[in-house]
This record gives sequence, structure tokens and C-alpha cells, in this order.
Amino acid sequence: MIAYLLKRLAAAVPVALAVSLICFLLVQLAPGDPLSVVLPSDATQEQIDATKARYGLDRPLVVQYALWLGNVLQGDLGTSIATGRPVGAEIANALGYSLSLAALAAGMAVVLGVGLGMVAGYSAGGWLDKLASAIAISGVSVPHYWLGIVLVVVFSAELNWLPAMGAANGDPGLTDRLRHMILPAIALAAMPMGIITRSVRALVAETLGREFVSALVARGLGQGAVFVHVAKNVAPTALAVLGVQIGYLMAGSILVETVFAWPGTGSLLNQAILQRDLPLLQGTILVLAMIFVGLNLIVDIVQPLFDPRISRT
Amino acid sequence: MTATLTQDVPIERSTGYWAGVWSRLRRDPVSLACMAVLAVIVGACVLAPWLTSHDPAVGSVILRLKPVGTPGHILGTDELGRDMLTRLLYGGRTSLVMGAVPVVLALLIGGSLGMVAGFVGGRVNTAIMRSVDVVFAFPSILLAVAIAGAMGAGIVNALLALTIVLIPPLVRVTEAATTQVRRLDYVEAARASGAGAFTILRVHVVGNVLGPVLVYAASQLSVAIIMAAGLSFIGLGAKPPTPEWGLMLNTLRGAIYSQPMLAALPGVFIFAVSLSFNLLSDGLRQAMELG
Repeated sequence: MIAYLLKRLAAAVPVALAVSLICFLLVQLAPGDPLSVVLPSDATQEQIDATKARYGLDRPLVVQYALWLGNVLQGDLGTSIATGRPVGAEIANALGYSLSLAALAAGMAVVLGVGLGMVAGYSAGGWLDKLASAIAISGVSVPHYWLGIVLVVVFSAELNWLPAMGAANGDPGLTDRLRHMILPAIALAAMPMGIITRSVRALVAETLGREFVSALVARGLGQGAVFVHVAKNVAPTALAVLGVQIGYLMAGSILVETVFAWPGTGSLLNQAILQRDLPLLQGTILVLAMIFVGLNLIVDIVQPLFDPRISRT
Repeated sequence: MTATLTQDVPIERSTGYWAGVWSRLRRDPVSLACMAVLAVIVGACVLAPWLTSHDPAVGSVILRLKPVGTPGHILGTDELGRDMLTRLLYGGRTSLVMGAVPVVLALLIGGSLGMVAGFVGGRVNTAIMRSVDVVFAFPSILLAVAIAGAMGAGIVNALLALTIVLIPPLVRVTEAATTQVRRLDYVEAARASGAGAFTILRVHVVGNVLGPVLVYAASQLSVAIIMAAGLSFIGLGAKPPTPEWGLMLNTLRGAIYSQPMLAALPGVFIFAVSLSFNLLSDGLRQAMELG
């Protein structure tokens, strides 16, 4: 088990490095000269060279990457062009909002998705299966930003039950904060809920068709005991799906946060895009991608707890 | 006994794989309905100039945000007094192209890379699949936003970003299918009888890989449409005054309280197209008996 853990950790390092390299190169994609912001248009060649040297832009790209990576590892993600504040501080501020929203949405998606998927898998072919599958494919197909708008129209504009915007400023009570989170969380949860339902349904239906289940039933095991066996067989794959989906959910929040003016990393990205604030864009993407890498690592580590065979390969 | 044997028994001619798929697909009411919905929406968008006499870019100040059902403007007018139906039809042209082109490009590039990786195997496989793995380290929408965000707004930049994001999953699907086919006996037989690599690829591999890859590509069309409109929604992708469904959703957000029907309308089309492609992908999977 410890060897397996070390192997997984070691495998995550090159992935994390590759992710950081892509985030570094991202800025190179941007059109225009990065120096045009700081230099006057009639700058002499000496001035240009001096500025390049000051920002380290005269060095080879590899050296620039190494320097940048060194700063990142020390927690320095650069300075936002728009606000002049450290990018790291901006992200730290927003990350809590995004994580809490993602946690609520992930909870909804997992509970509903696993529940519906189990029901559908157990009643494969029946009307319950058809209903659950219809809900699932609608969830997969719905543009979540539009679902957010529809939710605002129905529950905020028409019924006036829930707030449409923001995160309740100042120091709101837990209830008020939760009331602001419900609609964006539903919008965020729809797609992962659909995908989890479809995966769990397929896994359960397939597992139920396998011989060992018939053998368990033949031996006289009750419904509940058989279910435990089915769940154990479904869990490792279902976990992998969950990990990926929660990561997607965090990334998808850029659109939903825009709809609800939720002050998380999505709004930060949106702000970075509108103001062409490349350091902010780069830093936020890097942090979100690293969270995704971390989630996948957690899945890899948790999986053998359900299926010890995984750690032996 | 002999009499029955000599009788002419009508032998059904084998109709081929794709004809079989089509005949099964034709009997599935859901798939038929999806094809009808897609045909109507795509057809209406293509024929937009003949279906409406309004200009998608010209509005009237006194006709701002008129509700659905206004005489002369069946689906109302937007925040600048432009005819909604006209903008939805012209907007569909942008949105559908922005969704479909990246999938077609990714299908060509990703499909070729996947087939090469699966067919050649060895180091080539490792090289291709490891590079693809790196992209999988990002959630697709995040990478699309990152690339389009760094390159700046614009339809071409959004197309490029979406293509890059869609290639890796298609490489994986094609590689898996090709690896499977390569090990089959008849491919081995073709190789033994002297067929060249290219002939084997063309005759045996493409035909067998196409099914699962097309099913996957159909579901990717749904994802691509949602992401393309999403990029425009957050200000990447199409720029005003170009009509585009996601961008329309964004500019109409101010009307959520006064004209909620109008504000939600463009999303109905994105949802309808995306749902149809997903259901069609499921129908196709069943018709191809891929399980």
C-alpha cells in the first residue's frame, strides 16, 4: 500500500509540472508585446533592452520558466495588472467562495446522481429507469449558465423565494449565505449529476448481470446483503467518475458565477478576461488546474480502499 | 423433403452494416424526433435570409424589449430593438458553426493521431498518448477558457481553443478502438497475406473504428455547442453585434425581470440542439449495437 502511494505521488509530479508549463506558456499565446504596457511607444532600443533585462525577458524561455516556477513554488503568483494586488491574495480571497459553492453542488450531484443511478440500474428497462435516464440526459445536455438564468427567472423574479445575486456581503448568518448558494449550486450540479447518474446506472446494471450476484442470491442472501456486494464493486469506478466531475464542476463555475455574480474564482477569471489581466488569468487557471490534479490524486489514493487489487498492480 | 429443398427460397440479400444501422435507427422514435428537431433548427438557420425580412444588426429604439407575440416581431425584440427571431436564426448560424467546426477538426486530427497510435503501437503510441494525457490534466472548459482568454476574444480564437480541447478525448477513443481491431484475426490474416499498413488501415481499421468514434463525436457536438456558446457568454468568442446564442443570453441578462421569456429564449435553442445530439448519440450507439 505504501509503495502504491509513493508510486501515485511520483506519477503526479510530472503531471503537475506539465500543467505548470502549459500555464506558463499561456501568456506567450497572448497577442501583442507584453512590454507595450510599461514602455512609451517611442522608446529607444536601449530602453527596450533595459526593460527586457529588468523583467528577465531577455533570457531564454526555459530560464524564464524556471524563474517563474521558483516564484510560484514560494507562493508568488505575480501581481494583478488591474488591481496592483498580489494574484495569490486575490485567489485566496475568492477560492473559499468557490470551494464552498462547489462543495454544496458536488454534494447535490453525488447524492442525486448516485441515488438516481442506483434506482435506474436496479430497474433497468422499467419506467423508473426511463424517468431517471431522462433526468440524467437533460442534466448532461443543459447549458448550466442558461439553467442559472432560468432558475433566477423562476425562483427569484417570479416567485421571489431566493436571492438572485451575490454572496450576501458583510457577515451574513449561515442561513442567508446558504440562501444565496442554493440556485448557483443547482445550476452547477446539473451536469455532473447527469453524468454520475449515467455512469452509476451502467455500472449497477452491468454488475447485477454478473454471475457472482446470481450466486449470492442463490445462496439465500437478502436484498440488503447483495446490495453491499454490488456497491463494493461499483465504488472504485464510480469514485473515479466523481473525482473528475467535481473537478469539472469547479471549472464550470466560471460561467455560473458570472450569472449569479458569485465572488469566487470564476468571477476572478471573468474579471481577468474582461480587463486582459494576464497574470490574474494565469494564476487562477494554475490554481484551479492544480486542484484538479490533486482531486485525481485523491481518487487514486482512495480507490484501493474499496478494491485492494488496484494497489497490487 | 427434396421437394422443399429445390423450392426457391427467397434469400435476403445482405444489406451491409450501415444500412442495418440506419434501419434500426429509423425505428427508434426518439432518434427520429432528434433528427427532425436538428433538421428544422439547422434548416431554419441556413435559410434565415429567406425566412425573415428583418436585418439582424438593425434595431429600433422605440421597439426595445417588446414581448413574445408582438405583431411583426413574433418572438419579440431584444434590448436594442432588434427582431429576436431574426437574431436567433442568424445567431444559430454562428453558434452551430462554432460548435460543429471544432468537432470536425478534432475528429480529423484526433482520429488520425489515435489511429496511428493504436496501429503503430510501441514508442509512437507512448509519445502520442502521454502528450494527450497532459491535456487531460485540465478540465476541458477551464483549458478552453484559458486558451481563448489568453488569445483574446474572437470567433477564430474560440474555434481554436475548442479544437485543442476536443482533440485528446477523440485520440483516446480512436486509439482504444484501433488497438482492439489490430489484434483481431482478420487483420492478422490481411497482414500475413501481404497487405500493406496503409491498405489495412483503410480497409479494415477505418471501417471498424468509425462506429464508436462517430457515436462519441455526436456526444461531443453537444459539449462543443454548450462550450462555444459559453465562451461567447463570458465575452470570449463572438463579439457584438454578431448574433450568437450565448452572447444573446449575456446581453439579455438585463431583461431578466422585465421580459424573462425573452431573456431565456436563446438558451432554449442551445438546450434543444445539445439534447438532440446527446440523444442521437445514444440512439446511434444502440443502433450500432455497441452496448
